[in-house]
Amino acid sequence: MTARIVLPIARKLGEPMAVRILIQHPMDTGFMHDVSGAAIEKNVIHSLSLEFNGEELLNAELGTGTAANPFIQFQVRLRQSGEFLLKWVDDKGQMGMERAACIFADRN
Amino acid sequence: MNFKRQTLAKLANWPILALCRSMIIKPAGLVIPLGAVLVKARTVGAQALDVESEEFRLLFQELTQGQQVNVQRVHLSVPRLADNGHSVPLRVWVDALQSEAEHVKRLIILSCRNPRPLIARFQFKPMETPLSLSTRIRLNGSQRIWALAQLNDETWWGAHAQVEVTESACLDATL
Repeated sequence: MTARIVLPIARKLGEPMAVRILIQHPMDTGFMHDVSGAAIEKNVIHSLSLEFNGEELLNAELGTGTAANPFIQFQVRLRQSGEFLLKWVDDKGQMGMERAACIFADRN
Repeated sequence: MNFKRQTLAKLANWPILALCRSMIIKPAGLVIPLGAVLVKARTVGAQALDVESEEFRLLFQELTQGQQVNVQRVHLSVPRLADNGHSVPLRVWVDALQSEAEHVKRLIILSCRNPRPLIARFQFKPMETPLSLSTRIRLNGSQRIWALAQLNDETWWGAHAQVEVTESACLDATL
């Protein structure tokens, strides 16, 4: 499983910017079948959190209603440089983690 | 229509009418019809929820702890026609400052026809910039989507949108 945290290249300290989260995950609903006709077990990322410098900015509980390869974009306004930390857990108990440094060039 | 709605909303904010509103909870004489009409324009109870299934209504009430949901301030953008139910782009934004004093505590996205109606639930730290969230959802056929937001003062706000889906996300080639 891989994930990405995408930050805008042109970003300014203290100004709103969009953070995009993308995780590679099939998000199996449990309603589908494979080519041999066997049911595919439900396996979705049920919880996800995004932290910035140890502070939680976003906490999401997802379900089968979220499309495969979950994508979430939301607005943040940061007051300092730091590091994003994305964590998630799926139904099989598999955990994932991704980091992204967010450095503001104009001031630190 | 839009004008009418706004006018009603403004009227409903008048103190005297607010009093009427508070009175409709109790069975009190002549005040009821007027108050009821004004409430209708602003809250969910009388609006679209009437069309939904009983199960959905129960879930809706459980999530909002039986509180009234004002169909205002929350904006929901989904395509009117989605060819592929497996991935439908959705954007929600809320008219709230996201400051310590006023912010969205919780955001819920609901589907009326999916086997599991609760699509996603989000919690945010107030970031001092209006909340705007985009994601992609799965839909089992044409239906109505709800976005509900709870502010820090415990009030509920919401928006709904109708989506026509050509290909359901709950079917595959083996069926």
